[in-house]
Amino acid sequence: MSVTTSPARTTNALPRTLRLGVSRIGYELKVYFRQGDSVFFSFLFPILMLAVFAVAFSSAGNLGENPDGSGGISFAAYYLPGMLAAGMLLSGVQNLGVDIAGEKGDGTLKRLGGSPLPVVSYFIGKIGMVMVSAVFQAILLLVIARFGFNVALPGDLDKWMTFAWVFLLGVITSCVLGIALSAVPRSSRSATAVVIPIVVLLQFISGVYLQFSMLPGWLQNFAGIFPLKWMAQGMRAVFLPESFAAVEQTGDWNLGWVAIILGIWFVVGLLLCRYTFRWIREDT
Amino acid sequence: MLGHSLPHHGRMSETDAVVRVRDLRKTYGTFTALHGVSFDIVRGETFALLGPNGAGKSTTIEILEGFRDRTSGQARVLGIDPRRGGIEWKARLGIVLQSTGESGNVTVLEQLTHFAGYYANPRAVGEVIDAVGLTDKAKTRIGKLSGGQRRRVDVALGIIGRPELLFLDEPTTGFDPEARRQFWGLIDNLKNEGATILLTTHYLDEAANLAGRAAVINNGRIIDIGKIDELGGAEARTPLVRWREQGRLREERTAEPAGVVARLYAEHGGEPDGLEIIRPSLEDIYLKLVSTDASGAVGFGEPTSPAVESVIGVVSPEAGIRS
Repeated sequence: MSVTTSPARTTNALPRTLRLGVSRIGYELKVYFRQGDSVFFSFLFPILMLAVFAVAFSSAGNLGENPDGSGGISFAAYYLPGMLAAGMLLSGVQNLGVDIAGEKGDGTLKRLGGSPLPVVSYFIGKIGMVMVSAVFQAILLLVIARFGFNVALPGDLDKWMTFAWVFLLGVITSCVLGIALSAVPRSSRSATAVVIPIVVLLQFISGVYLQFSMLPGWLQNFAGIFPLKWMAQGMRAVFLPESFAAVEQTGDWNLGWVAIILGIWFVVGLLLCRYTFRWIREDT
Repeated sequence: MLGHSLPHHGRMSETDAVVRVRDLRKTYGTFTALHGVSFDIVRGETFALLGPNGAGKSTTIEILEGFRDRTSGQARVLGIDPRRGGIEWKARLGIVLQSTGESGNVTVLEQLTHFAGYYANPRAVGEVIDAVGLTDKAKTRIGKLSGGQRRRVDVALGIIGRPELLFLDEPTTGFDPEARRQFWGLIDNLKNEGATILLTTHYLDEAANLAGRAAVINNGRIIDIGKIDELGGAEARTPLVRWREQGRLREERTAEPAGVVARLYAEHGGEPDGLEIIRPSLEDIYLKLVSTDASGAVGFGEPTSPAVESVIGVVSPEAGIRS
């Protein structure tokens, strides 16, 4: 069934593909924010989780304090990087994995597959939609952390440059992995059953809910195969004090490996999308 | 007349054939959905595929739309093999699939405006919304429309791109009678603009109203093909005179029903009881074609059973005469 799937190669098709891609972003955003349930679960989830952790541990004092009581940070500050990373993962992998499997099931993709919409424009629409919603989500998280829980945000530009590239690379990698993962569920009803356990498990082993340095070495190494661990580490590099770098696996933030591992997953995801995406399920 | 002989295609030049299908076969594992289907559709023609559920109508139309791969045989749609139909080919088609369950979080106007952008020379969105009778609902979310109204959105999306060839797969399922009449008017307008249409439908009156030619497909084979008013052959259209004589139902099949009635009038010395002259409708002819098809099941997805036969006997005067 290569018929309906391979993007058509026509001369001068690129401007049209990009124009329709931009048109799809607007359309997808409209659809996304009109679905109450998905907005709640994917969009607000990390924000709610941050609030839960911050409130639950509000009386537990600070983390990483020196013996004299200086240098520590609140639980809200400690959980902020993990929640940002979880948001990046959920916006892409969970949101798109479930969303596209659903669109395959309800006939949306079949309709698009019969129209002259290039596959790449469809991808641009999905990735653009996720990018916009992930940016809003991150801004909301930062605002709530800063003004709701009094978390100090970094002041220097270097940190924010790091934030920008880790965030962009992380979200776009999540998107291509989500698109690739949407091919796995055999029906739209099984989509959440396939996708949710994966993202929940990853969040527990990648330093989102549990302090990563507490995990046994072998589990840290296992988590290191997957991208979420590196997104969370990149975000810790931005938002945690330098003193916390010492408990990382290599004793520093290791941003080089953050870039390499996320880059590898991005390429793998892109190739999976290119070769496995189908407008409709295989007819057998 | 029926059975396995090759259906007649009529004479048409290849350049006129918008759709050309030869010996199309499709198997799913051990199940054969299409046993070698052949037909042509010429430019400007409206062609109906008729047949019971599971006969192979949708498989055929989905192969031609490029959604399914064929097992063997040839298919050309607008001169292109649908296996290799790219974006430019799709831009020349309009596809109305069987009804879908999309979430419908956009309004009718938003949906049509968005899809219009996919085409180089789309129809005006407002005109299309008017044409399908949804002007009052233009700013309503599609998810809030009734089934029939959603179907009209499907049709509107099928024609927004000014297609050369329009596929309509059971387009009026769920329409009320008035909506169907309006839909037929819309299709008439498209035909007048020169569109070529491939239609599948369960409504025989719809086929009779819209299509010039039709193929009747059963168990993956075409059992008859031709002009709508010639399907089933001349014999199947012979009128039937029915009356009661001493409480018993009498029937006579005749090309000259008025003559029979005159004779009956003379014989009875007056008005015969319960007199009817029945001209077999397309539905009667279709049901007879399908029920007498030698290739096995009647349809409904199950083998022929006496119960099914008797249902058809009630619906169709033809079936009663056969035995």
